[in-house]
Amino acid sequence: MKILTAPRMERCIGCQSCSLACAREVHKRLSWDTAGIRIHTSGGLSTGFEARTCLACLPAPCAAACPTGAFAQRKGGGVIVRKKLCIFCGACAEACPVDAVFLDERGEPFVCLHCGKCVPFCPHNCLEMITVAAAGDQEEVAP
Amino acid sequence: MIRDYFRVLKVDLATGRGQVETLEGRDLFVGGSGLAALLFQKYGKLAAPWDDPEQPLIFAIGPLTGYFPLMSKTVMGFKSPYHNQYAESHAGGRSALALRFADYDALVITGQASRPSVLAVGSRHLKVHEAAYLWGMDVVTVGKFLRRKTPGAGHRSIIRIGPAGENRAAIAGINVDTYRHFGRLGGGAALGAKNLKAIVIQGDGSFPLPAGPEYAKLFADVHKQLTQTRMMQKYHNLGTPANVALLNDKQALPIRNLQQTSAPEIAGITGERFAEDALLRNVACAGCPVGCIHLGYVRLRFHADHRYYFRQVGYDHEPIFAVGAMLGVTNCADVLQLIDMTEKMGLDVMSAGVALAWATEAAANGHISEQETVVPLTFGGTKTYEEALRHLALGSTDFYRLLAQGTATAAAHYGGQDYACVLGQEMAGYATGEVFFVSQALGFRHSHLDSGGYAFDQKHEDRTVETALAFLLQEERSRVLLTSLVVCLFAREVYQDSLVAACLHSLGYGTLADRMDTAAQQIQQQRWHLRLATGFDPQQIRIPKRFLEVRTWKGPIDPAFLETLRQRYAEAIIDLAGVAPAV
Repeated sequence: MKILTAPRMERCIGCQSCSLACAREVHKRLSWDTAGIRIHTSGGLSTGFEARTCLACLPAPCAAACPTGAFAQRKGGGVIVRKKLCIFCGACAEACPVDAVFLDERGEPFVCLHCGKCVPFCPHNCLEMITVAAAGDQEEVAP
Repeated sequence: MIRDYFRVLKVDLATGRGQVETLEGRDLFVGGSGLAALLFQKYGKLAAPWDDPEQPLIFAIGPLTGYFPLMSKTVMGFKSPYHNQYAESHAGGRSALALRFADYDALVITGQASRPSVLAVGSRHLKVHEAAYLWGMDVVTVGKFLRRKTPGAGHRSIIRIGPAGENRAAIAGINVDTYRHFGRLGGGAALGAKNLKAIVIQGDGSFPLPAGPEYAKLFADVHKQLTQTRMMQKYHNLGTPANVALLNDKQALPIRNLQQTSAPEIAGITGERFAEDALLRNVACAGCPVGCIHLGYVRLRFHADHRYYFRQVGYDHEPIFAVGAMLGVTNCADVLQLIDMTEKMGLDVMSAGVALAWATEAAANGHISEQETVVPLTFGGTKTYEEALRHLALGSTDFYRLLAQGTATAAAHYGGQDYACVLGQEMAGYATGEVFFVSQALGFRHSHLDSGGYAFDQKHEDRTVETALAFLLQEERSRVLLTSLVVCLFAREVYQDSLVAACLHSLGYGTLADRMDTAAQQIQQQRWHLRLATGFDPQQIRIPKRFLEVRTWKGPIDPAFLETLRQRYAEAIIDLAGVAPAV
């Protein structure tokens, strides 16, 4: 099982290519927000960038909080999302400790699915898919 | 959002209210430069002065903004405080994508706020906040306050002015997201005259994309070209400062108010030297994987007990030329310190540097004295230049207030016009020869990027008026299409016509894709029409004597070639405008 990580964010130039790629390729949207990875500053451009993305919690508090099963635990961490089951209650976003779930104006949640489609769009190799064992042990794979 | 019309937010600062308007004309005016011209024609007061409260400030993006990489620029259209004519200035940062995600093709600001204000817009909000407490603050400080007051870190654009803009200096720029600018032709004063300290655009919208895999595939192809080939390497490696050494080697770098075009001490401020000694990191405009913005650091000791503070300062060829080479400042740290001061004060660094270079020579020649300059201006004097920049922004004396209206204005009063390095506005950092001098002097934005005359000088050994004229006109036409889309001109080699057409087709702009040439021609004409209708007479533009004294790798300037090209280009511009210059 693979998960997305952002181990080299000190290299980030803030181009937002990753979040635009996620919105475009995964969610079929053009947006800074409706994406599973979102790039923010923390006090202006001079302080660098941070990636708001799912840390692949195991167990995932967002899945535990979801009252309808729209968010379900993913093996190796993170969640499997079934939008058809979602009632837009926002409990997932509230439960996430790292603000990784974005709710659009209707309350629809957007979260990283750990698919890795953003990774090749990062020009500085900030992002990396790593393989994790079911028990949560991490094993690095070549990018 | 993809649409075959324009969606424009028009805000009246006097009432604090706005309205969303829809305009036809996508296939004619495209967006960016074309849309700004369309909107100025609609809302601009051609005969009224630049600071008439009703004059619009227009910020326009294009049909490809945000949809493809490096479609990351915003075009500002306004009546310029510098020459009281229609003008454009371009900036990146996050401004373009923020406007896209706020779901506007353009933002038009009219009226004057009764008190200093901040305009905040997004896809679901519009508010004019009174902000008298921000007035007088430098650009860095006001940025910190606005970050605290507004949501959306990283997904917004904070556009603001410093003291220079508040004081209506015609060489005041507008800072965009700390490291980018609507720098030239006095945009900062245009905001200042409206009592508008800042604009915060939050990009909080989300839009559907075309069905099918074609669009995403084309995006990936373009992204690959931009990141996995060498095409953009020069921009993210040394960046534009690579030009410093190249031009110095060619005897084409303006040094010490263009008294020289090459000097050994320039070795201290080359792109290579900056990269080794001062480069901290790179950042990018939103939607651009190239990351051409080079940030250097300045470490300043403020106490004997090894107490320091540091600042991150963006550098490029043009600022290095303007407050480095032109002022005889040949140390990276000193150049960054001067750039930093222009940033804080909200000055256009190019105009400010060239203006002080003229003042330095004027002081040496006795046209002005320390009574005017307050501090003794000498080439290489970083500390006094730092103070002079502050005086220039604050308008401390009559002299600095006049100089802040432009070097030519000050020279007309004090003397020294022959060595005022003005080509429509203070020169850009290229002393490559006749074609560049004419292209900037007459160019629409008085920018080296209008038509790339500097490239012609470097690629052609011959001096043929017909060839040069055809190059300038064609280059301007192709670039005006790019600035209507709106693509960063650094990507002009990637976005050839066929790729632009493919991009437009992929988003459903097929009609526009099939008539790009015609649209470009019409926009070129429309821009010149507006420029002449607001007072520009290209035949009245003169090129100061100093430019004729330049000696490049090609030898001395050919005055006859320069003069003939100037006349022919002026005639061609009048033909394009389709209107006689206003008297």
